[in-house]
Amino acid sequence: MKQAPVTTGYGAAIRDGFEYLLANHPSVFTIGQGLWSPWYVGNSMTDLDSQFGRERVIDTPVSELGCTGAALGAALCGYRPVVIHPRVDFMLLAVDQIVSQAAKWRSMFGGQVCAPITVRAIINRGGEQGAQHSQSLQSWFAHIPGLRVVMPSTPTDARDLLIASVLSDDPVLYLDDRWLYGLEEELPPIEERNLALEGPRLTRTGQDLTLVGCSYSAHLCREAAARLSANGIECDVIDIRVLNPLDATLLIKSAKKTGRVLAVDGDWRSCGMAAEVIASIVEAVDPRVMRAAPRRVTLPDAPAPTSSPLERSYYPTVDYIVQRGLALVGAQQETFE
Amino acid sequence: MYRNASSLGNLADADRYHEPLSIDADDTTALLNGLQRMILIRVVEEKIGDMVSQGVVKCPCHLAIGQEAPAVGVAGYVRKGDRVFGAHRSHGHFLALGGSPHGLLAEVQGKDTGVSRGMGGSMHLIDIPNGLFGTVPIVGATIPIAVGAGIAAKMDGNGDMAVSFFGDGATEEGAFHESMNLAATMKVPVLFVCENNFFSSHLHINLRQPDTSVCRYAEAHRVGWARADGNDLAAVRAVTKEAVEAIRAGEGPRFLELVTYRWRGHVGHREDEDVGVKRKDDLAAWKLRDPISRLAVALESLGALDRQQLKRYWTDAHSVVEEAWAAATHDGYPPAKALLSRVYSGTMARKH
Ligand SMILES: Cc1ncc(C[n+]2csc(CCOP(=O)(O)OP(=O)(O)O)c2C)c(N)n1
Repeated sequence: MKQAPVTTGYGAAIRDGFEYLLANHPSVFTIGQGLWSPWYVGNSMTDLDSQFGRERVIDTPVSELGCTGAALGAALCGYRPVVIHPRVDFMLLAVDQIVSQAAKWRSMFGGQVCAPITVRAIINRGGEQGAQHSQSLQSWFAHIPGLRVVMPSTPTDARDLLIASVLSDDPVLYLDDRWLYGLEEELPPIEERNLALEGPRLTRTGQDLTLVGCSYSAHLCREAAARLSANGIECDVIDIRVLNPLDATLLIKSAKKTGRVLAVDGDWRSCGMAAEVIASIVEAVDPRVMRAAPRRVTLPDAPAPTSSPLERSYYPTVDYIVQRGLALVGAQQETFE
Repeated sequence: MYRNASSLGNLADADRYHEPLSIDADDTTALLNGLQRMILIRVVEEKIGDMVSQGVVKCPCHLAIGQEAPAVGVAGYVRKGDRVFGAHRSHGHFLALGGSPHGLLAEVQGKDTGVSRGMGGSMHLIDIPNGLFGTVPIVGATIPIAVGAGIAAKMDGNGDMAVSFFGDGATEEGAFHESMNLAATMKVPVLFVCENNFFSSHLHINLRQPDTSVCRYAEAHRVGWARADGNDLAAVRAVTKEAVEAIRAGEGPRFLELVTYRWRGHVGHREDEDVGVKRKDDLAAWKLRDPISRLAVALESLGALDRQQLKRYWTDAHSVVEEAWAAATHDGYPPAKALLSRVYSGTMARKH
């Protein structure tokens, strides 16, 4: 009898990544809030403290800044710490340590030292949690030279890009999204990858339209592409995966092929990642090659609401992306503005 | 030394402690070396001050002239394997740990031969071989980083420690309190050294805090503390020795409050006036609490030092500094590609 394939969820894949790192790399430890709690950081770290000891899986006081700085300090002394913030929102108290310390360390000391800290923060939106429990802010952090920003959209990437982030000699912000935790797939064996060589990936090919997204938006793009295909529109789908430094090669190549670009991002519009995607393309592609002006789908420039009807209109959906895609290829009048 | 955490008492009185130090209890060789090192720091910083006033050095320079004793006293108990962090006023920490005057003078000129290869300037100093893991000007920022270095030292299990130098102003930052609590809870081997020079930029501590002393924070966080005259090398050494022994014995963090005074302004070379603060009378009194001359007189009266030798310390320091300065002026600036090649490990940053 043929065995059913073993699938792993996105959260469990993150846990696999941690398990691999802690088992194979003695210099790795994890520090943050909720690490000894069975529920707080989802199902992504369950029981790691009993497996690897509470010296390597450290639960801490409510001290986002202190812990992030401490992780950086240990990183400067030969360790590969992962500091974990259960929500991106809480990580904001540590922004100095991430932006002005870790990201600058190598450059400001003349490239002589590295700061291999990984900051893992969890995007945990929706559910009527409101403005201070729903932020993702990847656009902010992707703005910072020296800070690699990684956003996996699949279980395999969640595991393997975590491992690559921790093994990278540069500081990395790794953002995982609770909305992806339900995704499952069959995981290939673990391979240690060089993060510097990882970048955007083409996950579907088509000649009519390029859909670009990261993290949960990449997932939405894949779903939208399947629906658009049923309407006779074939899409290139690009999962950005590594937002900073952004390698735009694939984006440019795809835009030249399809002549149409829809950039999707679960962050705000102004000065956002979607704008960066479009700018990188527009700068490099002859406008005569483009068949339509590039468009973006983002959050509206408003803090997240609590009330559920408002929340429903706040976050981009597959339906909305499909409609914008149809509009962009001129198959249907735009009904949303 | 002083067991009342709530107030500085006599130590805040500029008219006290002008007499030679009482040094009988300490080791004279260590004090002589310390004296020499303080003189070197003084001369290097005076040189930098001159160059700032002439407009040759343009990066913001925060001079620690008058505050040499905490750097030198603590550095005497730093051993190989320890990890030291500083802040914006760290030329003294760098030199006390054995940093090269040429590396510092090249750095303040933005030269490729500088300790941070011209990428840092006066406020970003690093010297890993001598245990200096980095100094940065965001107030309080290196305090948590030092705690992390202490966590690493504890994991290494060699009895090494981390040292965090900061000013009284930094104790007003949240980073300081989070770090003290974390270090106390996790029993991290870290020595917190607060150089209380009364000022944070233009504001006196009386205008910033309800008390002149910051030891009360250590008490609140259950971190063992001691306070000393930060212009008395022997006193600094005594409190450091005790604290470092406790840290290395696994007792967790310790906190030192070393009371001192800066002779120059907050930033730059000016002495009597800076960012709107005039301190003429106080400064004159504090100069009588000079950490160098008080120690030299004490060593002389013990017969451990004579006039000739002292004079030689100064002339030697001057020639070292002049030579280092001259060499650094001929050094090259970083190549243009350094801007992008030093951002990430192994790869260039994106250009545009
Ligand atoms: C986070 C932050 N806030 C404000 C400043 C501006 N600033 C630079 S040095 C300084 C004073 C710090 O005083 P203290 O910690 O006592 O050190 P000192 O200058 O006396 O050595 C201030 C406010 C800064 N660099 N960083």
